[in-house]
Formats: sequence, C-alpha cells, structure tokens
Amino acid sequence: MTGPVTTAPGRSATASSGSSGSMPRLRTPRRRHVPGRPRRSVLLTLLTGLVLLHSLLPLAWLTISATKSQQGLTRSFGLWFDHDFALWHNISETFTYHDGVFTRWLLNTLLYVVLGAGGATFLAVLGGYALATFDFPGRRAVFAVVIGAVAVPGTALAVPTFLMFSRMGLTNTPWAVVIPSLISPFGLYLMWVFATEAIPAELLEAARIDGAGETRAFFQVALPLLAPGIVTVLLFTTVATWNNYFLPLIMIKDPDWYPLTLGLNSWNAQAATAGGEAVFHLVVTGSLITIVPLIAAFLLLQKYWQSGLAAGSVKE
Amino acid sequence: MHKHSRHLLRGIGLVCALALGSTACGGSGDGGSDHRAVSAADIRAALKKGGTITVWAWEPTLEQVAADFEKAHPGVTVELVNAGTGNEQYKALQNAMSARKGVPDVAQIEYYAMGQYALTKQLTDLGPFGAGKLSAGFSPGPWNGVKAGGSVYGLPMDSGPMALFYNKRVFDKYRIKVPTTWDEYVDAARALHRADPKAYITNDAGDAGFTTSLLWQAGSRPYKVDGTKVRIDFSDQGARTYTGTWQKLLDEKLLAPVNSWTDDWYKGLGDGTVATLATGAWMPANFASGVKDAAGDWRVAPLPQWTAGGRASAENGGSALALPELGGNEALAYAFVAYANAGEGVRTRVAGGAFPATTAQLNSEEFQDTGFPYFGGQQANKIFAESAANVADDWSYLPYQVYANSVFNDTVGKAYVSGTRLTDGLKSWQDASVEYGDEQGFTVEK
Amino acid sequence: MTTLQPRAAAEPRPASPRARGDRRSWTGWGFIGPFVAVFALVFLAPIAYSVHLSLYRTRLIGGTAFVGLDNYRQALRDDQFWAALGRVSLFLCVQVPIMLGIALLVALALDSGRLYGRNFFRVSIFLPYAVPAVVATLMWGFMYGTRFGLVGDLGDAFGVPLPDPLSPHLVLASIGNIVTWEFAGYNMLIFYSALRVVPHSLYEAARIDGAGQFRVITAIKLPAIRGALVIATVFSVIGSFQLFNEPSILQPLARNAITTDYTPNYYTYSLSFSGQQHNYSATVAIVMGLITMVIAYAVQLRGMRKGA
Repeated sequence: MTGPVTTAPGRSATASSGSSGSMPRLRTPRRRHVPGRPRRSVLLTLLTGLVLLHSLLPLAWLTISATKSQQGLTRSFGLWFDHDFALWHNISETFTYHDGVFTRWLLNTLLYVVLGAGGATFLAVLGGYALATFDFPGRRAVFAVVIGAVAVPGTALAVPTFLMFSRMGLTNTPWAVVIPSLISPFGLYLMWVFATEAIPAELLEAARIDGAGETRAFFQVALPLLAPGIVTVLLFTTVATWNNYFLPLIMIKDPDWYPLTLGLNSWNAQAATAGGEAVFHLVVTGSLITIVPLIAAFLLLQKYWQSGLAAGSVKE
Repeated sequence: MHKHSRHLLRGIGLVCALALGSTACGGSGDGGSDHRAVSAADIRAALKKGGTITVWAWEPTLEQVAADFEKAHPGVTVELVNAGTGNEQYKALQNAMSARKGVPDVAQIEYYAMGQYALTKQLTDLGPFGAGKLSAGFSPGPWNGVKAGGSVYGLPMDSGPMALFYNKRVFDKYRIKVPTTWDEYVDAARALHRADPKAYITNDAGDAGFTTSLLWQAGSRPYKVDGTKVRIDFSDQGARTYTGTWQKLLDEKLLAPVNSWTDDWYKGLGDGTVATLATGAWMPANFASGVKDAAGDWRVAPLPQWTAGGRASAENGGSALALPELGGNEALAYAFVAYANAGEGVRTRVAGGAFPATTAQLNSEEFQDTGFPYFGGQQANKIFAESAANVADDWSYLPYQVYANSVFNDTVGKAYVSGTRLTDGLKSWQDASVEYGDEQGFTVEK
Repeated sequence: MTTLQPRAAAEPRPASPRARGDRRSWTGWGFIGPFVAVFALVFLAPIAYSVHLSLYRTRLIGGTAFVGLDNYRQALRDDQFWAALGRVSLFLCVQVPIMLGIALLVALALDSGRLYGRNFFRVSIFLPYAVPAVVATLMWGFMYGTRFGLVGDLGDAFGVPLPDPLSPHLVLASIGNIVTWEFAGYNMLIFYSALRVVPHSLYEAARIDGAGQFRVITAIKLPAIRGALVIATVFSVIGSFQLFNEPSILQPLARNAITTDYTPNYYTYSLSFSGQQHNYSATVAIVMGLITMVIAYAVQLRGMRKGA
C-alpha cells in the first residue's frame, strides 16, 4: 500500500544504500496510511481501467500484429491472431533483411543514446548543479533564455542548423545527431530542482574547508547525492534520443547511420516506391523490437527514476 | 562565456555569408557553356583512372547495376545511397545544394521535378557529353521529361506509360465488361458498387501525379513554360473533359477514399474491393511483392480512352538520372548514367522488374513476349509498349512542380472530402501555383 | 521569465549564499558553461541565423534581396498562418485540459490507495511515453483505417459504419487522441510523484478536522502540487503550439484533411522544404516563437499567482 517500497524490497534497498542515507527527505517518501488505511474501490479501479485500456490497446495491436506475416496482416482482424503465427520468422527476418541492416540501426541508436543521452545528462547535471549552488552573473537569465529558445518551432530551425552543420562537416556523421541531443531543457530544470533539494550547502562548505577544489567537491560530494535525479534525467534523455526522428531525418542520408526510427520509416516508405517491396510485417515487428528495450529499461529502473522524480517535482 | 560567444558569432557570420553566397553564386555558370565537350576518350580515361561516385537513388534495381559496373571497371566505386523516395530525396538534395556540400555526383530525379533543377542550373547540361545523340533510343514521353530549354539534363531511367490494371476475378464475378472508354469506366464503377457496396472501381483520394497524368491523356496542357515565363490554365477543353467524368465518380461516391501506398490500399488490391488501377507500367513489381494473395486475379488492359476508338496515353511517374552541378567527377558519373540507362544496365534493370524507357528494349521480342505469372501469364509488356509509343510528347510540367504538387491536396483535395467541385478545386490549385510563381520571380500569365 | 525557477532557488534561503564569501563569482560558469555552449550552438545560433534570414527574401528567379520587415508584415496578414494558429489554439484548449485532467485523476486515484493493482496501473499507463512518436502514429494510423483498420473492423462487428477518424472534421480529435495517449502517462507520473511528497501530517490534520476525500483533494493535494501542474501546463502549451510529428506522420493517410499549413510548425516546415521559402519560414517561426513564449509566460505567471 505504500508505493514502490513494498513491492520490491530488494531493489529499493539498493536505491537507498546508494545514496548513503544522507538525505532522508529525498528518498521515496515513506508514507504509510497506517491508521485508517483506505478501502480499495472496485469502481475507481474500473474507471482507471478505462485509461489503462486506452494505453494498452495500441500496444496490444502492435504485439498481435507482430505475429502476422505480410499476408496475414491484410487478411485478419486487427486485435486477434492470424492462423499463421509468424512472430519468430518475422523477428529473424527483421534482423536478416537487407544484410541485417536492422542490427546496424539498433547499434547506431545505442551509440546515439550513449553519447547523446549520456552527454545530455552530464551537461544537465553540471548545469543544474551550477544553478542550484552558485550565484553567478547571468544565472537568472539562463533558464529564461532556454525556455524562450525552446518556444521557437524546431522545424524552421532545421535548415539553418543543417547549413551550419554541413559547413562544419558534421552532416551524415553521428555527431549531427548527437550534438543536438546534448540539450535537454527539461533535464536541466529537473536537475536544478533536484540539486537544490539534495545538496545541503553545509556539506559543500565542509568539503571546501577540507581543501577540496570545486571539481572534487562536485564529483565526490555532490554527484553521489544526485544519483536518483541523474537516473531520472538519463531515462528521459534516453527516451528523447531513442525516439529522435526529425533531426536525423534531415541530417543523416546514409542508411548506415540511421537510427531505428528512420530505418523503420524507410521500410515503411519502401511500400510506396515503384518496384519497392512492401514489408509492413517487418515495420510492425521492428517497431515492437524498438520499444521493448525502452520499456524494459523503464521497468527495471523504475525505483530509481521514481524517487528522482518525486524530489524533482515542484513542491512547496 | 567570452570565448564561447566570440566563437558563436564567428559561426553565425559564417553561415550568413554562406547563405548569401549560395544564392548569389547558385545561378552562375550560364547554360553550361563553361563545359567543354567531353569526348568518349575522356570518359574512357576517367573509367581507367577510377575513383568513387556517389549516387542518390531509390530505384531498387540499381543495386545490381552498380555492382556490375564496379565489376566491369575495377577501380571504380559506386556508393549507392537511398536518400528517400521522391520528395524526401529532393528535400535532402536541396539542402545539400544550399550548403554546397555533400551533393551527390548522380541523383535520381522524377520527370515532373526536373524542370526546377534545370531552370536554376543546378544540373549539369549533358549536351557536351553527347547525350543529345541518344534521343532516338528513348521513347518520347521520358525523353521529353529530361529536356529543358533545348538542353538535356538527364538520361531517362524508367518510364510509366499508363495502362489499366483490373481485377479479372471481380469483373468476371459481377459480369462487368472491361471498360475501353472513361464513360464505360464510370458505368463499370456504378455496376460494381451496386453489386457489392464494399467494392469500388478504384481508389482516388486526390493525387497530383495521377490527376496531371489523366489531364495529359485528355489533351489538356495546363502548363506552358518558356524559360521563366509560365502560363497556368486549367480551363481548356481537355481539363473540362476530365473534370466532367471524374466529377461523376466523386458525386456518386464511386471512388474508394483510400490513399495509395497505404496498408489499406494494399489490402483493397488484395481482396478485390479496389478493382482497378490506372497507373504506370512500373506497377507489376509492386503487385508481385505487396499483393501476393491476389496473384492470378489481375490483368492488364489498355488505358480507357476519352473518345471511343482513341489511342491516347500518358506517362505516370518515371525518373531520370542526372548530374547535379555541384557534384564532382562528371566524366565518371556520366559513364555510370550512360551504362545504367542507355547501356548494359538497362537489361539488368528490366530483368529486375523495372520498366525501361529505351525503345530498343520496349520493341524487342524478348521483352514483349515476356509472360507475367502474376497476371496469369499475360504478355502485359505488349500493352505497356504500345502505350509508351502513344504518349503525346508536348506535355510540360511547371518549373516548380514539386511545390505545386505539395499543395494539390490543400486545394484540389477539397473536392474529395467536401462539396467543392473539382473544377473549383483545380482553379484554387491554379491560383496557389500562380501566387507562388509570382513570389518566386516568374512571369506568370493566367 | 525568472518565475520559472524552482521555488527553492528563486527565493533566497537562509542557508545560501552557498558560494563562500564572494556572493557572485564566475565559478558557476565552469559548470553551466558546457551546457550553454552547446545550447548556443544548436539553439541560439540557428535562431540568430533565422532572424537574419527573416530580413531577406530569396527567389528562384532574381536572387536575394534585403526586404527589412516585409516578411513580418506578410506574416501578420497571412491567413494560412493565423488559421494554423487558431487550430493549435483549439487543440490547446481542448486536448491539454483533457490530457492533464486524465493525468491528474489517475494520479489522484493512484495516490488515494484505493486502487487494486496500483503498480501495474502506474507502469502500464506510463508505457506509451516510451513509444517513439513515429511508431505511435504508425500504430494509430493502422488502427484508424475505416476500411481495414480497427475502426473498420469494429464498424463491421457492430454492423454500423463508424465515422472516419481521418476525415477533415475529426482528424484534429484523432491527433489529440494520439497525443493524449503518448503524454497522459508522462504527466500522470509527474503529478503522482509530486503527490507522493506531500507531507502526510497534512492529511492527518484534515482528517481530524473531519474533511472528506474531496475536500482533502481540493484543499491540500492540489495546492500542494501546484508547481508540478504549472510546469506540466507550460510544457504542454509549448508542445501544442509546436504540434508537428503526429500530423506529419499521419499526413500520408489523410492528405486532404491534414493540409500543408495544418499547424504553424507544419506550415514552416512546408514553406521551408516544399517551397524553398526559407526566409518566410524563418519569419513565421520567429513570430510563432514569440507568441508561444508570451502564452507560456502568461500561464506560468497566472498559475503561480493563483492562491499564492
């Protein structure tokens, strides 16, 4: 009844031991409705169930469709199986089609995530830490400028960005995807709030008195305290990078550097090309394979990101 | 920050200069006169020397052609890049051209899009390479598509002479006669939809390429282009013929509101609810791969006529290979294009399912006698070849047809989803095209 | 814009100034510098370049000319632009409240402890967020098909033809459905997390005062998570005004309904990529950016003031 803590004691124990218990108010709040524990409501469960149904329906469709062959897709009811169960065949075909280019896209995506999401998280952590613990000239302007810039529609900036990157020789290279991914305004915001809450000024003060430089104070004192927030931001930036579509579409023309989203899109487009081969079944199966790792990451890491979010949410 | 901001400013200055420069110098090199004639010997030398050329194309059969070309000329590497189909690739090409960097040596460009690149001199004039001499080898429609202002800007790769693909099983089941005129087509549409309310004669949810092709066949010539002077008029007799017939199909809701190339469309082709397709001769390959379940059901017939007993046809789709001005290695690039579109490569591509633009192939017995198992063994190429020969070659597209087509559904599309008349839809398409032409500095007459 | 700062940071706490004696030092730039540098490269430089572009006009015939503010004048009386803006405003006024409402209700339901299988709910409703917009739109596009998609199948099953979700008068709602699907769980999680940190003692006190569930929600829970509500609204406002991915991927399925000027962002995209009108596209983007900023700022200001 108490949120994540009771459901998986093993994992939550890891979570709190990781932060050495120095910031109790930031851990998943242990709020136990011990007195007068509310009764469970069937009605409320059913109502929420409607939302759940809406959330899962397309995923069910995707999962079921991934078991169908190209012909099966066109001849059977969307939410039930075709007599020809082709899931395993589809998966192996997805990975072998066009000399296994899907694997290449998967690895590219991983590369973009590691560099892009990893880098974005790193920059957000540094930036959030600076905003939370230092008073420097222009500090108040930074976030205002960030939000202002984010308000300008990105599609119109695509061409200017392309021209710049092209001039710098970055188009058609992983950097064209990675560098723009390095900016996560929401990540910066989250880390700012989180760092404000998580790092007691006294602790940093103590470190400095001990003669630690700013770098060491950050890495040795602040970073461990920021761990749950970092995981949260990492997950959000991972999703953003994993799902990145528009920018790679403009920057990358070499299929060898496609991320999964572009690759799937190109397979989808194949059906619309004279002489092209319609491979909707591979698009569907590929889509499923694309989202599975993300969902798995969310499920496995939920203890971390939820505590990070809890602290990151704005509160009084 | 100081360091960063200075860096930043320099970056901005750079791109600004770049942007201004690109447009300023983009139009330089008038009429390709700076190109000396490139002799066969020059090309042989380039092949011998070797090197790498980048080819942007989505045509699947080019893969084999590139491999063969590399084998025939050791030292030559062909980097074949699928930069997207049609519009997607043009966007990329335009971006690369604006940046003056990363422009491919060879690019696949559809006929309807050639005009814009040719007009702005973004393609190499192939005249100095002797391309003009190849004209007799290509069928009239495609050759017309690569010419602009007396110069040749590409070699036709494939063509799409139109024919009527129909689901014989459905026609037989309801005892409907295969239409030979568009009036009969309307009757067939009514009969079919009456017999099976889920079935439609065809799908048409508004497609610029399809509409312009039918206008072409109906004798309409809405676009007159003379350099930068443009005339747009959708009210000639041919256009009236077309809208008269098509409005009936729309009014009586006889067209399946399904967009081509979607999953729904493939399903409709497979289960007989989309009973015919009037489209280019490149379609068989897509049938064979996308509509496997209906193998044997479909047949090919000549395109219905606007006047009984006529033989008019039109092109739908089809593309050429061209050499972007900013690409490099011209001799080698031309050698590849000539190999793929006028040489050995043609046979390879036909074997791979492509539809040729070369008369030698179109008229060869081997080609015409090929039976298509998908069409129940029918020798469909005979019909396609005849269609190709009957395409009127005086059609022209706008020098900014890519843009015009992009707003087709904004304008003519209204006729497909509301009470707007097709004629009015075409009129607003005309207005939008005129307005854009004016803005872009063309001299537009209405 | 400074109101966007987190509360704690915006109001100097007794414990700060944190940096030693010198209250304002440049040390902080060492940490935020990298972010700002990359930000300048991928956001500010293109924006500055766009501002520059917006003062020129390049034509296919005739080249480039300086036109001052002509492009802005054109944008201000561009019907297509205003129609697109009207469309996303409608979207904003309908979809955002629905999405945030669902998110909030689910978050409250989860937080109330009255649900069976709470963890399952929480994770499942959040899952769509992990699905790329490309895949999401593909899935819904398949499902929206009236003839062979799910809508068609259901229509067949019930023997009544269902209205086409991709027809011009329904397509905006269909896009709204996709966006709601993608982001309701995400916002739910933000609200839920905020609710989790509301001090429990407040509920105790309310209960002792005899307050019912509803009263606890309106008097304690909602005010307590106001910050989260505001930031979620601000990001949703920006998201609505920049609506692009979903309509552009659905477009091939609904060509006549989703026009090339469907949303302001789609319009700038079409101007730029189909029409080669980079100058005007940049202008529209800047105007749109300014409008978005003003609205986001207004939402922020109003949200923070209310009951503060």
